Amino acid sequence: MKRILIIGITTAAIFSSCKKDDTPEYNPNVKADLSVEFDNVAGAADLQMNTATYNNAAGESFKVTKLKYYVSNFVFTNSNGTTYTVPQKDSYFLIDESDPAAREAELQVPEGEYKSVSFIVGVDSLRNTMDVSQRTGVLDVAGTASDMYWGWNSGYIFFKLEGTSAASMMGGVFQYHIGGFGGYSSSTANNIRKITLDLTARGVAKVKSGKSTNIHLMVDILKALNGTTNMSFATLPMVHSIAPGTPVANNYVSMFTHEHTEN
Amino acid sequence: MYRKYLWVIVVLIAGVSACNKEITAEYESFRGFVQPSNFPQPFYRFGNNAVTKERFELGRKLFYDPLLSSNNTISCGSCHIQTSAFTHHGHAVSHGIFDRMGTRNSPPIMNLAWSTSLMWDGGIVDLDLQPIAPITNHVEMDDSMPNVLNKLRNSSAYPALFQKAYGSPEITSTGFLKALSQFMLMCVSSNSKYDSVMRNQALFTAEEQEGYQLFRQKCNTCHTEPLFTDHSFRNNGLPPSMVDDPGRYLVTQKPEDRYKFKVPSLRNLSFTAPYMHDGRLFTLDAVFDHYTTQVQHTPNLDPLFLVNAQPGLAISAAERQKLIAFLKTLNDRSFLLDKLLSEQ
Ligand code: HEC
Ligand code: HEC
Repeated sequence: MKRILIIGITTAAIFSSCKKDDTPEYNPNVKADLSVEFDNVAGAADLQMNTATYNNAAGESFKVTKLKYYVSNFVFTNSNGTTYTVPQKDSYFLIDESDPAAREAELQVPEGEYKSVSFIVGVDSLRNTMDVSQRTGVLDVAGTASDMYWGWNSGYIFFKLEGTSAASMMGGVFQYHIGGFGGYSSSTANNIRKITLDLTARGVAKVKSGKSTNIHLMVDILKALNGTTNMSFATLPMVHSIAPGTPVANNYVSMFTHEHTEN
Repeated sequence: MYRKYLWVIVVLIAGVSACNKEITAEYESFRGFVQPSNFPQPFYRFGNNAVTKERFELGRKLFYDPLLSSNNTISCGSCHIQTSAFTHHGHAVSHGIFDRMGTRNSPPIMNLAWSTSLMWDGGIVDLDLQPIAPITNHVEMDDSMPNVLNKLRNSSAYPALFQKAYGSPEITSTGFLKALSQFMLMCVSSNSKYDSVMRNQALFTAEEQEGYQLFRQKCNTCHTEPLFTDHSFRNNGLPPSMVDDPGRYLVTQKPEDRYKFKVPSLRNLSFTAPYMHDGRLFTLDAVFDHYTTQVQHTPNLDPLFLVNAQPGLAISAAERQKLIAFLKTLNDRSFLLDKLLSEQ
């Protein structure tokens, strides 16, 4: 009797697991884990901060000492065409290459199959102008955000790439700080950039409770320097304000690619 | 007999009400933010930060506390001194930590509830976010926000004061910044002679009255009553200095904003010298010399200065005296002496 029961349970387990693989049944009323991983690389190699030497398109060699950027406002498009916007309050992440715990956006989305993801690099203008009490977690100006914030021209820094290069006349150092949400009363350059990535070629995300799905993105920092404008540390070693950052923002829209999805 | 009773009753009532008065006076000595009747509605969103006694007192303590600087020597009050209407008297440009010099003159902490932007270039719009700039500026206080909050957390006094103010000893950036805002919002100067005249409680002298008329013709477009600023950014023709501060251009990076600075209020001028964004003019006479004979036709000079053959404003010596007499009616000594706003 006992044995029959065990066999019965096992068969049921096998059967149900088979069924799950073939035609997953999603319950859109249930939310499940989905993470987006930002794997920072330099060309075809994993990014090695402080040690490895890279070359930009201007022919200057350099090392990277700091890489940090905000990703926020995630939206996922289901294979059935509907979209899911992650609630704003759960939608801000600071990717920090120096902190292994800060390379993923961990989200909750309704169960389903997702064929594309979009997000912005930076912090939207709404949050940039919100009451200080709404700036918590990675947006806390006296916490995680303290070195990602311009105090003298209020606004978050979206993207920070710093390093050393003999080409820089500023003590062999370069600092690219990109920010600018469009301004409060008077308009300024808007360096918020939206990224949309199709997932169908390299694996849609099948989100179901009880398992974790990971969308693995490659982020090629060389593309922030080379592209529409090839940045040169000799001509521009420092970017600490809005307008000079626009060419870098225009470049880094191309730095994200979808590598694979772990379902 | 009847009379006698009446007197007793009157005395009794008086005694009781005097008692009452004392009690309520103690309760009401903190009246919160009071809207002056001759001022417009504030720009600051009080709905997000209603002023309370405990939060204001916390903000006042923070404002005067040198713990907010990296070597614990400089407080906000070091550069914003009450007896100088919260400016840095005697310093053309701010003089901060390790004797480092800034490039701009420290403006008064005054009537900020009505300011639509802060700093000479308007780079900050929300008063709650303002303290981050001096705290992290390396010529001013040269500290970091996380470090300042940690110093407060490790202090003996602050956790209890945050508890009193916010019901929790936890020291957050919001609690810290909003308390500082409360102190600064309470720095209201609205008791000058000019204000009394506007509220029909006093009269200008003949000279002041003539000065007022001249002011309305020549200055009021930019230095607009009753705050004496229209909150706009303009170029009033100062020749660029060695620093070549481009002003508003730093914020917007638009060529049409080069050399524009925020129009400053003209209240309490007798206590806020030196004048202009870099404190280059030491006296009101020097200011009038500038407007009458030294205005330079630099890029974006305000068109109001280009109506005469000579760039600037046409003001005779007699008119200058009248204007100065009027400007003196904007002094508000009670603001400088208000104990509520002093270091305790
Ligand atoms: C070393 C001197 C110094 C210290 C210390 C200092 N300030 Fe200032 N403050 C200045 C100067 C200079 C400016 C103008 C800066 C500019 O326009 O770029 C200013 C501007 C301001 C303004 C803008 C006023 C307006 O009308 O635009 C406020 C508000 C202010 N400070 C508050 C503070 C607070 C709060 C602190 C303490 C956390 C502080 N300050 C510490 C020198 C100082
Ligand atoms: C076109 C606009 C405009 C007009 C008209 C104008 N001003 Fe100004 N005023 C400014 C601006 C802008 C500043 C700040 C300039 C700077 O620091 O770069 C200023 C600064 C001042 C200051 C220095 C205040 C301080 O705290 O540093 C005084 C005093 C002053 N003006 C008085 C006057 C008087 C008196 C008149 C009329 C005779 C007048 N202004 C007319 C725009 C104007």
